[in-house]
Amino acid sequence: MKQIAVRILQSLGLILAVIVLNFMLVHLAPGDAVDSLAGTAGEMSPETTQRLRDQYGLDEPVTTQLFTYVGNVLQGDLGVSIANNNRPVTEMIGERLWPTVLLSITALTFAVVLGVIVGTFAARRPESGFSHGTTVFALVGFAMPAFWTGYLLLTVFSKNLGWLPISGMEDLRFQGGWFAKQWDLAKHLVLPALSLGLIYIAAYSRLSRASMLEVLESDYVRTARAKGLGERSVLFKHALRNGIIPIVTVLGLQFGAILSGAILVETVFAWPGVGKLAFEAVVERDTNVLLGVLFLVSLTVIIANLVTDLIYRLIDPRIRVSGPSNG
Amino acid sequence: MGDPTVFGIEQKSESFEPSAVDESRLRKPPPKYPGLRMFRRNKAAVFGAILLIVILFITFVLPLFFDGERTERVGGIHLAPGAEGSTMFGTDYLGRDVGRIVMEGGSATLKVAGLAALVIVGLGTTIGALAGYYGGWVDNVLMRITEFFQVLPGLLFAIVIVALYGASTKTIVLAIGLIAWPTIARLVRAEFLRQKNLEYVKAARAIGANDARIIFKTIMPNTLPVVIVQSTLVMGSAILFEAGLAFLGLSNPKDLSWGFYIGANRNYFLSNWWGVTFPGLMIFFTVLSLSLIGDGLQDAVNPKLRGR
Repeated sequence: MKQIAVRILQSLGLILAVIVLNFMLVHLAPGDAVDSLAGTAGEMSPETTQRLRDQYGLDEPVTTQLFTYVGNVLQGDLGVSIANNNRPVTEMIGERLWPTVLLSITALTFAVVLGVIVGTFAARRPESGFSHGTTVFALVGFAMPAFWTGYLLLTVFSKNLGWLPISGMEDLRFQGGWFAKQWDLAKHLVLPALSLGLIYIAAYSRLSRASMLEVLESDYVRTARAKGLGERSVLFKHALRNGIIPIVTVLGLQFGAILSGAILVETVFAWPGVGKLAFEAVVERDTNVLLGVLFLVSLTVIIANLVTDLIYRLIDPRIRVSGPSNG
Repeated sequence: MGDPTVFGIEQKSESFEPSAVDESRLRKPPPKYPGLRMFRRNKAAVFGAILLIVILFITFVLPLFFDGERTERVGGIHLAPGAEGSTMFGTDYLGRDVGRIVMEGGSATLKVAGLAALVIVGLGTTIGALAGYYGGWVDNVLMRITEFFQVLPGLLFAIVIVALYGASTKTIVLAIGLIAWPTIARLVRAEFLRQKNLEYVKAARAIGANDARIIFKTIMPNTLPVVIVQSTLVMGSAILFEAGLAFLGLSNPKDLSWGFYIGANRNYFLSNWWGVTFPGLMIFFTVLSLSLIGDGLQDAVNPKLRGR
């Protein structure tokens, strides 16, 4: 119980650190918010810039500014978007959240389920062609940039075969019932999820193959076989339970990578999520939006890590007693 | 001096005279570089090495045989590869030769990735070594920092840095360096934790070596195998990071690097597949070659993991 409390406190510390980092990034960057405003406006008198600096508190001491910033963020205020008529950043991100969550969760689920199945079967016969194929697939999958995979898939499945839509999340001219609408969404989802998930399918199949190879050599698997259990029971009930632990460990950490990858994939498929918002912010030099996305994604990763850690304790009693080793 | 005595037992030296040994029955001397042999035996790794050499040749040597700027117009726009009036790899939306642009597009990417790998290995080994060697509060503080950088969403963090501080080579290298060092730091720390109490380190301390000497001269060379393997893999991810940044337009447009060129051609990909496909293939083969080499080195350094 005490360990869990410590973990939660650590996570809160990390969140605070991310907020401070965000502030430092802007503070150390050349020019301040008023400079960039003046740049957008074309020309600004010294009186106006001074008035704006007073208004935004940019002449206050750094520590005061930092405390104000931290306070604002903790209240959910991430500032306003300069490129979008001063719309609150929190509101803009909120609108785009669901598509990204849907995309990343689908990609990640694809990756874990397919990866573990492929890896487990590969580990059963380590010298088979299938097993070597898995290794090759892992290398190939890692080397393909996700955005490039996206264009290849689009060329084959949308342009040449005409099976799947090219961009967006829904057909704007679509008419029909609820089920037909979900089907339409699913068709839009397949290619982005595949491009985003491919590298992780590859990574997890390799990881679970290695982990299962090790587990299948262990004594308790031999015992399970010796007492006459069926192969399926040995594999999925005895071996996989331990073999899956390394996967759970990396899952939390890779959540950040997959959300980062979403920026590239969403840009390719015009998927209306947070990633595309970040890309637009890069093009428009909209600092507040970029930092807002960075904060939100970091927050998600920290929470995902915490949850992973708690799940980890559930599936591995050894950790519940001694705490995870830092290695 | 006569024959040496060990534990009071006289050691007979006659029997060890070289002349008494039958030369033909001597075992072959152990190979000078067992690792190299192990690497060579891994066909995939050799393939990776050859692939990398070919890519380096295409990027740095081949362009010397061409005249003029690669950005010159060579014909009509969007001409397919091999079509009439086109080139071997087609032309892009400005009528430039795709093959020519992609050929040199690697120089910027490889430069950034190489420098970033240096930053990553430098930061990672230093922090890992200090944390592992000193332990205690130093380890605690450094590991918290490492954890923090591991939690940050890598590519997104790099995007923010480059967007805020400008897309110069220096910024991009530092941004990639900052996000990728934790893996190496953790590995080096684990090695230091394992090795710092071994006999040879105790021996070094006994003859009066100071901490700096023990860290950098005594233990560090023994962590090199791990670091070298990891740095080939890190270089692969650095290339992917650079490509991602460049694809979003966060690189020097004059470099026309592979990722940037994919981004430039992306609006035309439905009618012009070659503009997106060829630069992507180069990224793919480069990262693949580095992964293969890294795997081969891993086998050579740590034979226990072979086939895993």
